Amino acid sequence: MSGHAVKEFKVTWGMVIDLDKCTGCGACMTACQVENNIAPMADASNKMRTLSWMLVFELSNKKAAPDAEIAYLPRPCMQCGNPACVPVCPVVATDKNEEGGIVSQIYPRCIGCRYCMAACPYHARYFNWEDPIFPKGMEKALSPNTSARPRGVVEKCNFCHTRFMKAKDKARQEGGNPEALADGAYMPACAEVCPTGAITFGDLKNPEHKVHELAKGENAFRLLEKLGLHPQVYYVSKREWVRKLGDNYAATGHAGAEKKHS
Amino acid sequence: MEEKKQCKGCGGALPFVIGFVAALIAGWVLFPDLIYSKKIQPVRFSHKIHAEQGLDCASCHTFRDDGSFAGIPTNEKCAECHADVVGSDPAEKVYVEQYAKTGKEVPWLIYQYQPDNVIFSHKAHESLECTSCHPDMAKNDTPPVYYQNRLSGYSKQTMKMWKCERCHAENGVSNACHVCHK
Repeated sequence: MSGHAVKEFKVTWGMVIDLDKCTGCGACMTACQVENNIAPMADASNKMRTLSWMLVFELSNKKAAPDAEIAYLPRPCMQCGNPACVPVCPVVATDKNEEGGIVSQIYPRCIGCRYCMAACPYHARYFNWEDPIFPKGMEKALSPNTSARPRGVVEKCNFCHTRFMKAKDKARQEGGNPEALADGAYMPACAEVCPTGAITFGDLKNPEHKVHELAKGENAFRLLEKLGLHPQVYYVSKREWVRKLGDNYAATGHAGAEKKHS
Repeated sequence: MEEKKQCKGCGGALPFVIGFVAALIAGWVLFPDLIYSKKIQPVRFSHKIHAEQGLDCASCHTFRDDGSFAGIPTNEKCAECHADVVGSDPAEKVYVEQYAKTGKEVPWLIYQYQPDNVIFSHKAHESLECTSCHPDMAKNDTPPVYYQNRLSGYSKQTMKMWKCERCHAENGVSNACHVCHK
């Protein structure tokens, strides 16, 4: 891994989340837990130990009424173009080398050292402190899309990667091109379930996909853009204080570094 | 009086060779035999007879509409021909009486069953011959013995990761982790 090289792919799966549409309902979090076989915890009150690949944060402009405003920010894995988690992994259990630019995580290979968790500025990675225990009967509702993880490994959002594979198979069956899927053919569980349509998903490089334009919009920004990790997840908000929070507003004094499309 | 032990060969090469050969037999013959339990298929299904009727692989092993592979056919497919006994083979009688008529699915043993974290697309490999990965079942009259690892529970005959990787590398296909793992 040399310097700040951003890996380029012909297809770059990305997400654009409209924070003005997000009501903070948490449906994306629930859909994610179901799709990815995340077991309910006996005691989920210890938030240091919960697993939430998709997590909704509450943002506040910290003003008193009547100027008080809040916004909700869903946080999946950013699938960075130049991921901080990949070069620190001593066993290559995580890598960004596949078409589509999704950062992979291979659980049987992971040794649980958690360097990647320390490296990720978005806190998108989670460690399994316990073996998953599914309440009786729930094992019948497990999704075949995701393998179960044992205690001692790190896991994270992978844009519901198996859905990508299935979408490619469907395209092949229907005589389409699996390397150029139509808009909406591949959709992660969170984007599919979002009741307000706040989450848009598609190929950032394909002009036929909605995210292509949305990510270039003037109100689009990425979290901590100044770090140069080039996330593939974009946020949109018309409210300036929300956009400012996205970059922590410290380094340059003005929101959003250069808007580079990757 | 001390008696000096005199034994020709005791300290020589012979005991070493005997021990070495014994260890080889234990490691190469006895242990592999012990670690795998042998199972036979619940019905003696003859691929050969079916191939002789003019059926090819895709007649029974089909793709679903969404491009996923249906794998081993269910009773619904088999009963298209075998709702009643049509031949003289005793194995067919077993199938019809015990499974087709009772509506019970045959608990076939899957030689190629992969671990949970593997995703394999038959659709992506459709251009290859079935026999480039699977044994040529069209010539097979009695299903091969199924070897199950007593510790892991997996089949001995399953496709190994190095085989997938080698073919991908030789054909210039990506070997990225997420191509095969989930």
